[in-house]
Amino acid sequence: MPVAGVDVGSVAAKAVILNERTKAVLAHALVPTGWNPRQAGEDALNRACSLAGVERASLTRIVGTGYGRIALPFADKSVTEITCHALGAVHLFPRTGVVLDIGGQDSKAIAVDADGSVQDFVMNDKCAAGTGRFLQVLSGILGMDVRALDEAAACGKPAEISSMCAVFAETEIVGLLAQGAKPEDVAAGVFRSLARRMVSLSRRIACRGECTFTGGLASLPAFVRCLSSELGVAVNVAEQPQNTGALGAALIAAR
Amino acid sequence: MSHSSIERFKTVTDRNVLALQEAKQAGVKVVGQYCIYSPLEMALAAGAVPVSLCGTKNDSIFSAESILPRSLCPLIKSSFGFALEDSCPYLAASDIVVADTTCDGKKKMFELLAERKPMFMLQLPQIQNAPALEYWKEQYESLMRHFEQLFGVVIGEKELRSAIAKANRFRRALKSVLDLARKKPSPLSGMELMEIAHRASFVPDWDKAAELLEDIAREVGASNESPFSASAPRVLLTGVPVGLGSHKVVKLLEDCGASVVCLDNCSCYKKVRLMIDESADPLTALASRYLDMPCAVMSPNPNRYAYLEELASEFRADAVVDLTWQGCQTYDVESWSVKKFVREKLHLPFLQIVTDYSPADTEQLKVRAEAFLEMLR
Ligand code: SF4
Ligand code: SF4
Repeated sequence: MPVAGVDVGSVAAKAVILNERTKAVLAHALVPTGWNPRQAGEDALNRACSLAGVERASLTRIVGTGYGRIALPFADKSVTEITCHALGAVHLFPRTGVVLDIGGQDSKAIAVDADGSVQDFVMNDKCAAGTGRFLQVLSGILGMDVRALDEAAACGKPAEISSMCAVFAETEIVGLLAQGAKPEDVAAGVFRSLARRMVSLSRRIACRGECTFTGGLASLPAFVRCLSSELGVAVNVAEQPQNTGALGAALIAAR
Repeated sequence: MSHSSIERFKTVTDRNVLALQEAKQAGVKVVGQYCIYSPLEMALAAGAVPVSLCGTKNDSIFSAESILPRSLCPLIKSSFGFALEDSCPYLAASDIVVADTTCDGKKKMFELLAERKPMFMLQLPQIQNAPALEYWKEQYESLMRHFEQLFGVVIGEKELRSAIAKANRFRRALKSVLDLARKKPSPLSGMELMEIAHRASFVPDWDKAAELLEDIAREVGASNESPFSASAPRVLLTGVPVGLGSHKVVKLLEDCGASVVCLDNCSCYKKVRLMIDESADPLTALASRYLDMPCAVMSPNPNRYAYLEELASEFRADAVVDLTWQGCQTYDVESWSVKKFVREKLHLPFLQIVTDYSPADTEQLKVRAEAFLEMLR
């Protein structure tokens, strides 16, 4: 019997359909969240169902997660993204001890046990510093999408970015560009400060075992390189890192 | 709150402001106090009524920010905002305000407050040893002289002793209510514990307050009802003061399914641990017991850990949440050591929450609280 996990984040809604018994992924889908989290969750789930060739009605259980988790009327249960990312990451990489996730509006470092249960976690504070939001600001200024930013950063020499506040950084970046800094250097600089922020967040929890990086930014190769060089260790990255939360939710649904 | 003793307590404490005004009209003096280091007994011994002034409301913060930096802790801003707006009836009723040099933000705010209100500053030492105690006792002596002059009274050993007895009776009564939560499941929610402690700190008639609290302890202690199931995770909340208006984290934790069994802070349980030795020399007993209070302004602050260990076991806590007001450096830095202690010595899960009084981050805090409680299951 199939089960589903739906993760409605601030940027995208993700759905994963699992075989309840084998835990094999039957299909996954991603749609932009836009302004209506409920609709986005609905769309992601429907798309995943049709990709998997299963009827919505045949899903035995649906678990919702992400900031829009309470807006999902079809979910049997809602679980936080912390618990879901931890389970998803350990399922993909069984030796994971730490999960790092950079989301659209918050970042988190999670210490996990071998069975995927959360031991400890920390999240960034109130402001957008150190979150994916920060890259959105940069992509707005440079007029590049996030992929293009990653390609640019790959060949840049990191410019010094001191402010991690999304608002002040904007001023700083505009200033750097006005002084003739190259966009690729600015992009590399922003990547580095974002990665450093993540490293200091992760040092607040006791880290052991392998480090798994989840969330949309994990699909940017230059950013992953930057993060692992700042961390001083290699990081595990899944094929679809942004689906980790939805996968964790589906795993709970399969319990 | 369905118990009749609690209803009675609420009805009486709803009239706190009126009762204070009546007492004032009858000639009673009022002493406003902020921190836990200001001895309530001194005001009582002077025949005055001590009231608690710590700001717990978001509303007054906006006006405070016209003078104070926005990045300051909300408790300081809220307190000062009330003074600027003249909107706190207790502050307005205070003939004098007693304050301590605790954290930097607070003592600098008190300098500004002194321009508007008659004040007496107690110079608090930041260490708890013998020379500090001598010095602290001198501070209490000057406060005593000041009250004698200001109120035209004489404070002798007899007055001090009866004030200590009165305050002890009140503390014992409040403690017996707060200790009801040791039972599993707790008969009272953390919100109720917080509200009772908050309301009790404004009752002008201390014996009356003690009676009402004793009734609650008796009635609730005899009942077997609880708003929680036996499996609700029991949370020990430590850190900064929390009162009506600044209770959002208590409410959030309980809305997510926790039972907050003890609030280890100045506004709640720290108050009732202050039992003063009634047989010793009164001034020495007062100075030594008050100086022992564990606030993060103390350096080092060993009693914080000793208390935590005791409370965690007495209240059978499943987890510890450390609340820090944004902009509070002392509690924020100390949280690192508290976390280490809680995880490594007490072997309990730990979560620090940093926030202010505004509801703006409710959703983000909810994720933390829910995830933390999921971790306990
Ligand atoms: S925590 Fe310290 S500074 Fe804050 S109210 Fe209590 S004694 Fe005062
Ligand atoms: S919470 Fe911290 S900053 Fe605020 S008054 Fe208390 S010690 Fe000072």
